[in-house]
Amino acid sequence: MAATTEKVSRYTPQEWRNLRLGLLFISPWALGFLLFTIYPLLSSLYYSLTRYDLLRPPVFLGAKNYLTLFFDDPHFWNVMYNTLFYVGLSVPFGVGAAFIIANMLNSRIVARSFFRSVIYVPSIVPAVASAMVWQFLMNVQYGAINGVLRYFGLPIIPFLSNPGWAKPSLILVAIWAQGAAVVIFLAALQDVPRSLYEAATVDGANLWHRFRNVTVPLTSPIILFNLIMGLIVAFQEFTVPWLLTEGGPMNSTEFYLIHLYRNAFEYLRMGKASALAWILFLIIVAFSLIIFKSSARWVYYGGEK
Amino acid sequence: MTTIASESTTRPVPRHYRDTGNRWQTILLEVVKYAVLVPLTLSFAFPLYWMISSALKVDSQVYTMPPILLPFPIHPENFINGWQILPFTQYAVNSVVFYTVPAVAFTVLSSTIVAYGFSRIRWPGRDTIFWLVVMTMMLPWAVTMVPLFITFKWLGWLDTYRPLVVPALFSHPYIVFLLRQFFMTLPEELSDAARIDGASEFGILFRIILPLTKPALAVVALFRFLWAWNDYLGPLIYLRDENRYPLALGIEQLSRRANDVGNFSNGIPYLMAVSTLVALPIIVTFFFAQRTFIEGISLTGMKG
Repeated sequence: MAATTEKVSRYTPQEWRNLRLGLLFISPWALGFLLFTIYPLLSSLYYSLTRYDLLRPPVFLGAKNYLTLFFDDPHFWNVMYNTLFYVGLSVPFGVGAAFIIANMLNSRIVARSFFRSVIYVPSIVPAVASAMVWQFLMNVQYGAINGVLRYFGLPIIPFLSNPGWAKPSLILVAIWAQGAAVVIFLAALQDVPRSLYEAATVDGANLWHRFRNVTVPLTSPIILFNLIMGLIVAFQEFTVPWLLTEGGPMNSTEFYLIHLYRNAFEYLRMGKASALAWILFLIIVAFSLIIFKSSARWVYYGGEK
Repeated sequence: MTTIASESTTRPVPRHYRDTGNRWQTILLEVVKYAVLVPLTLSFAFPLYWMISSALKVDSQVYTMPPILLPFPIHPENFINGWQILPFTQYAVNSVVFYTVPAVAFTVLSSTIVAYGFSRIRWPGRDTIFWLVVMTMMLPWAVTMVPLFITFKWLGWLDTYRPLVVPALFSHPYIVFLLRQFFMTLPEELSDAARIDGASEFGILFRIILPLTKPALAVVALFRFLWAWNDYLGPLIYLRDENRYPLALGIEQLSRRANDVGNFSNGIPYLMAVSTLVALPIIVTFFFAQRTFIEGISLTGMKG
């Protein structure tokens, strides 16, 4: 008690005033944090230990939902495989492609802002609208892509109707909507001082050396940022696969959030859905931590840290 | 970063060194660059071009092989006919009046106040608590989706826009983050001078800070507009009554109708026409506010 009084009394009246004002200003956030983050997190943890169909009160089951998912639900592992396949390809390829495109746009080039706009726009178009046009484009009978293939006598591609093709097709659509990452990279690249490249050239560095030893280290914090954000988004991809394939064919595109959505809102298994949500949460945290930990080796903070 | 930069600028580059690279290599590189970039850009643009051009076709032009790149004659009446198959005007009103406008207004207002508290007032523990904001930015929305649905159902808010709009009153972490970045760039003396003149913190925020950060407000308003306009999963979870659908759900509804063969002809052109109309406000806004978009998205990657 004495210790707290002593600690509190270290604040001047001015600091007290600021503390009160500061808390007043952030109170909408604080309230929202309690109502829409902390409370849902805790109640979701509770629901994940129950069977709950919204009609009857929740029945406490202990860890049964988790155990069933892990040991007695082959469908869950299929969903996990689909999701990891999707994330594992769409994030590295998406970020990689965005980085390479941004580098090309950053070099001396005519009509840079035109190229940038064309590449950026797909990322802001409503996902429902782009899903409609991709579904049409990738159609086997009257889709434009297969129309061209057929015209040249090439074999058609069953983009969305073949279990082997469906995941890569959705990854393609995801990479098409990667324009925001390109713009973020381009902004970071334009912050790299020209003089560094000139100095490297003087020291005899060729294009690859400059890319490897100047461009990559100086933009590595942004690569890290895009990787983590891409990961969080890709693990929770819903709209485009839901509209294009609805999880099919043969469950090959039943991704994590589609599975979660079905359990919660079609089968009304709120308990199982909450358990699924917590597992996803832990997976995303684990992946982010691994990337963060590894970033100590490859992210360069310009001597600021 | 700055130290490296200034170090190297003190070392002038002798002119003749710049041309040491092989001339042919440079030319080859230029050729390769455009040879990659031009087809790439074309393929990025193609789906949206296909959406618009197919919106101007009739069935016979859609199902012709090889595909028709430039439709002739064009059928602009598809935009009107497609729009009228379902109550799209109602959907548009729902999207704008019940979702986009309140979501943008609430988010920008609340996030401005919160961001001010996290940047322009110095109080003990501020930066520690701000870490919580950053953490919530990375929280998967899937985790809170189910319990929030249960809460909103309990409140009797299903089939209304309240679950999508009311949380906006409590600020958005990402937008707080962006606005805080902007507010931090303004000099501290600005606030100090006003405080000496006896201005309240709210007075400083609304009379001094906000007029100086109008571009920032435009950026965050734009993003919030985009999220609300494009949102599909939120309305899908909370809205059942078709009369309350936003445009995103309306498009899906139209595609289901168009896929039931025999319902009506020109299903695909109508679907593409309505999709174009729904994407249009976004594309038009982008071309008018291109700099705002690019600046905003660039700031996203900025480290706090």
